[in-house]
Amino acid sequence: MKSIILRTVAPFLTGLMILFSIFVLLRGHNAPGGGFIGGLIAVSALAIYGIAHGVETVRRAIFFHPMAIAGAGLFAATVAGLISIVVRVPFMTGLWIYPSVLGVEIPLSTVMLFDTGVYLVVIGAISSVALSLEERGGA
Amino acid sequence: MDTAALTFLALGLPFAAAAFAPVLTRLLGQYAAWLLALAPLAIFARFAAFVPEIANGEIVTGGYAWVPSFNVSFSWLIDGLSLTFVLLISGIGALIVLYSGGYLKGHPQQGRFFSFILMFMGSMQGLVVSDSFLMLFVFWELTSITSFLLIGFDHGREAARRAALQALVVTGGGGLLLLAGLLILWNVSGVTQFSLLLSFGSELKESPFYLAALLLVLGGAFTKSAQFPFHFWLPNAMEAPTPVSAYLHSATMVKAGVYLLMRLNPVLGGTPEWQVLLPLFGVTTLVAGAVLAVRQTELKLMLAYTTMSSLGLLVMLTGLGVPYAIEAAALYLVAHALFKGALFMVAGIIDHETGLRDITRLGGLRSAMPLTFAVALAAALSMGGLPPSFGFLAKEEIYAALAGSDRRSMVFVALTVLGNALMFAVAFAIALKPFLGPKAATLKPVHEAPLLLWLGPAILALKGISIALMSGLAHRLVTSPMASAIAGEPRTVAISLAPHFGVPLLLSGLTVLAGIAFYINLARLRAAVAAILADIGWGPNRGFDQFMRGLVGLAVAVTRRLQSGRFEVYMTATFVLVAVAMLAVPLRYGEFPRAPFFSSDVPLHELAIMAIAVAGLLAVVLATDRLTAIVSLGIQGFAVAVIFLLYGAPDLAFTQFMIETLSVVVLALVMTRLRLSPSDHRPLAQKLPDFAIALACGLGFGLFLLKVTGVPFDTTLTDFFNLYSKSIAHGANVVNVIIVDFRGTDTLGEIAVVMIAGLAILALVRLRAGSLKRGVPMEVAADEAHVEERV
Repeated sequence: MKSIILRTVAPFLTGLMILFSIFVLLRGHNAPGGGFIGGLIAVSALAIYGIAHGVETVRRAIFFHPMAIAGAGLFAATVAGLISIVVRVPFMTGLWIYPSVLGVEIPLSTVMLFDTGVYLVVIGAISSVALSLEERGGA
Repeated sequence: MDTAALTFLALGLPFAAAAFAPVLTRLLGQYAAWLLALAPLAIFARFAAFVPEIANGEIVTGGYAWVPSFNVSFSWLIDGLSLTFVLLISGIGALIVLYSGGYLKGHPQQGRFFSFILMFMGSMQGLVVSDSFLMLFVFWELTSITSFLLIGFDHGREAARRAALQALVVTGGGGLLLLAGLLILWNVSGVTQFSLLLSFGSELKESPFYLAALLLVLGGAFTKSAQFPFHFWLPNAMEAPTPVSAYLHSATMVKAGVYLLMRLNPVLGGTPEWQVLLPLFGVTTLVAGAVLAVRQTELKLMLAYTTMSSLGLLVMLTGLGVPYAIEAAALYLVAHALFKGALFMVAGIIDHETGLRDITRLGGLRSAMPLTFAVALAAALSMGGLPPSFGFLAKEEIYAALAGSDRRSMVFVALTVLGNALMFAVAFAIALKPFLGPKAATLKPVHEAPLLLWLGPAILALKGISIALMSGLAHRLVTSPMASAIAGEPRTVAISLAPHFGVPLLLSGLTVLAGIAFYINLARLRAAVAAILADIGWGPNRGFDQFMRGLVGLAVAVTRRLQSGRFEVYMTATFVLVAVAMLAVPLRYGEFPRAPFFSSDVPLHELAIMAIAVAGLLAVVLATDRLTAIVSLGIQGFAVAVIFLLYGAPDLAFTQFMIETLSVVVLALVMTRLRLSPSDHRPLAQKLPDFAIALACGLGFGLFLLKVTGVPFDTTLTDFFNLYSKSIAHGANVVNVIIVDFRGTDTLGEIAVVMIAGLAILALVRLRAGSLKRGVPMEVAADEAHVEERV
């Protein structure tokens, strides 16, 4: 893409969108958002970056192969389900802990890990398709 | 450790040994054979401990629940029949492992071979001790699969691959028939175990399903035991390395069918159908096998056809239903396993040492290989039915069973004498021709086989003589319990080497005389049989090829018809079906929704958004180039997303926004990738039907949605989730809580689908430009939207 405006703005926009996608992911449990939406926002961010700077740059930026990211997500989601075995409750039972960091109570849960897994799978699978299409399509 | 656990371990041991075989072989080379042979030896010892108990007429059962809800168990039944089989399998198995150590010395894949043969051993052993039907079936198919691996071991050669596939198709197909037969037996009797089934009296035989069950079981048994006309895979299986032929295709696997018939004899046997079908197929196989064996000059093929012949004899004896027949079958089965295993290994030794297997090109080996010669002679004595071998006892008992004055017996006697005489000729052709006469020009300098090679056949051949000498003990411990188990009532085998004059001995003498005559005229006989076969031309072996070609041709034709490979056809079929499903039901039952109610005070901004959606749609339909159409579709999608947002579904709207964005991006990319022409060139004749289908789908969905929203909303689920979302799952966003918590397992499955779809698309993209399908990325998107829509 030759637009100099897009090329200049794209890195900042992408960074902001990724940040926003993580925000959406984390707030998902109590407000509109979640892993699916967050993942889709992140993919859009990568798509914009790719359109502006080319696929190679995106691949370098995300470092891992997109499918590896998706695989890690699926693994995380499965692990989130399996943790319940340790405390002898049925598969996928949500477990919560509330550690206190610097006096602030932070709720952590297997559910959150699960949602992060969903987020990663969506990013990985869809960006993998989009990137490979972009790469050879000569767009 | 209790005895059940020990037996269970014995059943699993071969598989464990198979797992370690490749590593051991890499470390120790051929000497791994000595270690690996310990596994079958241990099994032999374990089951030998049952011998006294079984000889006293007891039956040992044991096992574990497998699928209790279906009443399926992993259980074993050890009686005279299965015990004899297990002892043969493990005993000969140990010798075969040693023999393979010598035979495949230095072969780069010797470890794999050990692994396969041990797996086969485990399967075969599981088959014969199975008490539950399902376990028998599983092991039955496992023997087919492992035999496929073994026959195709030399997978570089096309003949080996074809033989392996052929054996798998024939025996695996028979296995499916067997499964159907066992299911019928299960259904009729209500039990899933042989030990319970055997206590049934004549109920099964009187059942209207008897004939169906019998035919299906026979289908399984006859294919496995190479009965005419399913015999053709057995000679082809000689493509396998010789240890495999010696083990699978003489002593064990091919006997599985005979085993099954013997096992079911008490419950299915004794009926007119049984007594007609078994002897008929058996005697046909006996004669056909013997005649075909004469035709061959290759050692292994001669042995293969006589094996077929012997299997026919066993099937015939099992079905005959006359006194002594069962006893004869038990004796002959043991004798055959010993002598045929030994002879195959001898053939392997000759092949290994000279590089030749054709008896017309072999000769004069006696001075170079005296030990092998002795072993071959001892085994041939048994095969030919000469004293003092166990084969002689078996043959006497066979003739004792057959000797009768009615017409049926006369026919069977005549054919059996013919078959046995031919087998006698072949036996001595194998044992004498390569060793006697002038020294033939062989490829390499000949010397005696190493210990690993001759040990196995020597033990088997010696065993064949020694158990005849100690026949009283052998009968008490092995053959009598076995015959009792087959007959389903106590039987005592009494035959011994002590001279007993009568019709049987006379028939034996006749067989030997005829056999000698055949032996002397073997070359002429061979030419005659070859001429006849050449005249017939067609055989089941060629028939198999024709059948397979036909099957593949049919599959190709059907696939061509159903799978055009054109994306438009698939899309058209899918959408036509959707339209029909959506419209046929309301048309058929007249259940149309009531006319929608339009409120007059729709706010202006909502009207505006709807207008945008409609405008987007019109733009899609009217757009002249595709890129405009794609973008317009996005406009319509965004408008719908805004409507979602206004009606209180922020999550759904959110997702819809993202999906629309990405869909436009991905579709545009796909377009450039496929190098589609920028505009739509469909002729009007195609546009109109497409338009009609689209309209029908839209109408169907519209009516459906109107109907659905017309019924009162059931708030049970909404109430449940609203009530518990915060209190149980600690989340205020009900949609998200459902996705990641309440129905998390669903989501796990869905993200797996997303990932697999991604991988598949990636593969398609990489494959080549032309193979990418436009609709797939949309499906992924739709899948995610589906998750959100569940609320």
